[in-house]
Amino acid sequence: MNQSTAKRSAGDVMLEARGMSKRFGEHTVLQDINLSIQRSEVVCLIGPSGSGKSTLLRSLAFLENYDDGEVFVEGELLGYDRARDGRRVRSRPSRLSDVRRNMGMVFQQFNLWPHLSVVENVMEALLRVRGMKSADARRLALTTLEKVGLAEKADAWPNRLSGGQQQRVAIARSLAMSPAIMLFDEPTSALDPELVGEVLQVMRQLAEEGMTMVVVTHEMGFAAKVADRVLFLDQGHIVEQGPPTRLFRHPQSPRLAQFLGNYLERNTLFEAAPAPNHVDD
Amino acid sequence: MFDLALLIQGLPLLLAGLWNTIWLSACGLALGFLIGIGVCSLKLSERGALRRLGGAYISVFRGIPLLIQLLFIYYLLPRLGLDVPAWVAAIAGLALCSGAYLAEILRGGLLTLPAGQVEAARLLGLSGRTILTRIELPQALRATLPALLNEVILLIKASSLISAVGLAELTRTAQNLAASSFLQLQFYLAAAVLYCVVNISLALLAGRLERRFAKGRA
Ligand SMILES: Nc1ncnc2c1ncn2[C@@H]1O[C@H](COP(=O)(O)OP(=O)(O)OP(=O)(O)O)[C@@H](O)[C@H]1O
Ligand SMILES: [Mg+2]
Repeated sequence: MNQSTAKRSAGDVMLEARGMSKRFGEHTVLQDINLSIQRSEVVCLIGPSGSGKSTLLRSLAFLENYDDGEVFVEGELLGYDRARDGRRVRSRPSRLSDVRRNMGMVFQQFNLWPHLSVVENVMEALLRVRGMKSADARRLALTTLEKVGLAEKADAWPNRLSGGQQQRVAIARSLAMSPAIMLFDEPTSALDPELVGEVLQVMRQLAEEGMTMVVVTHEMGFAAKVADRVLFLDQGHIVEQGPPTRLFRHPQSPRLAQFLGNYLERNTLFEAAPAPNHVDD
Repeated sequence: MFDLALLIQGLPLLLAGLWNTIWLSACGLALGFLIGIGVCSLKLSERGALRRLGGAYISVFRGIPLLIQLLFIYYLLPRLGLDVPAWVAAIAGLALCSGAYLAEILRGGLLTLPAGQVEAARLLGLSGRTILTRIELPQALRATLPALLNEVILLIKASSLISAVGLAELTRTAQNLAASSFLQLQFYLAAAVLYCVVNISLALLAGRLERRFAKGRA
């Protein structure tokens, strides 16, 4: 049902969580998360608000330091080093950056740097991390902007762009560093409805090109069409997972059924949008 | 009360005093700025001990009057076997003091930045120092420009206190001229005009910068 499935070679694990837990004070937000993501796999994370989707994604990027268990990025332990006495210590920032070097992330709030122009936003890491020459960085930045359809906005200021354009710049900024894994945290949730499509289109194109993607989303249509696997998270647990067709058509757990029911109800009531379980495959 | 000839005669001295005021303040502020960035980083550190260190610095150097700091440094350094000229003590005093204020202004500016901007930068692999100098500080400076200008102007005026360590800056020069000529109003007015010229120029410059920074913001 999806071209990327064919490109995947078995056993090529890009991102893995083993028994990972995360607490905020007394509050356990993620509990014993086990997750393994293969090269070119597109995984969508769904779940009710507060279920821990963002925390999971952020832990996979070590923007939150998980408490128990392990996260591996392409086989390397993320965020911690093993000390000589067998305990683990926080990695130094340079080590952390090194383990994350093939990881890109796109946020709900875009997080562009408003004091730099669009092309400068994309160039910054090429200059300061890759050490590229200015002219080369600019050329690569422009090529990448072209890919998201924004080459003509290169010299604009980010805040002058529409939300959809800003998010595409943010995607280009990540892409320019040629990541192997991209994490998206509700990339379209801050957008006006008419701008959602252009961002999803870019993401879909990435998926087709074989990018490994983990996407937190409320866009059930996108999950149904693009995801290889959907994870349903509730109260810090992965309650159910599987191909979108199965999950959306035959939810096993009452919580997922209820979640999908709520979603369906909202959409049929207010938007007359196609129901999420009409998967066109 | 006014005597143009005497004023013209005193002008070179006044300008020399003004020059002392300007360069000592400028050096003090430049160093103070670096101290401010350092102390601000301490106060924003993840480590409690470093945060407390930054806090202690600010409490001490903001809490003690600049005059006492200057005198203390001036008399302390020789005791430590450091035979430094008065201007070194003056710059050190101005820097240490302005550093405390600038640290708090910058911290205020940094706290207004959305945390996501730094997270995005970290995930792209930018180092902590690059993030500070390329992402955070440029925006913090833009956001706090009016407060920074205030601090700069306050410090230039407060620099009159360095006369306490024996330097003839603008205020002390005016005092001397006033005392020797008995034309108090004339020379204090001249000093006032010179201070104003400097500070108004700075305000104009800051205004231009602010307008330049404003482009690009929606
Ligand atoms: N920095 C934090 N400190 C304390 N609690 C937090 C923090 N971040 C998240 N939480 C809590 O963790 C839980 C999970 O939050 P999270 O943001 O991961 O949920 P989510 O599934 O992404 O929700 P949403 O769909 O609303 O984005 C919530 O109860 C939230 O209040
Ligand atoms: Mg969230």
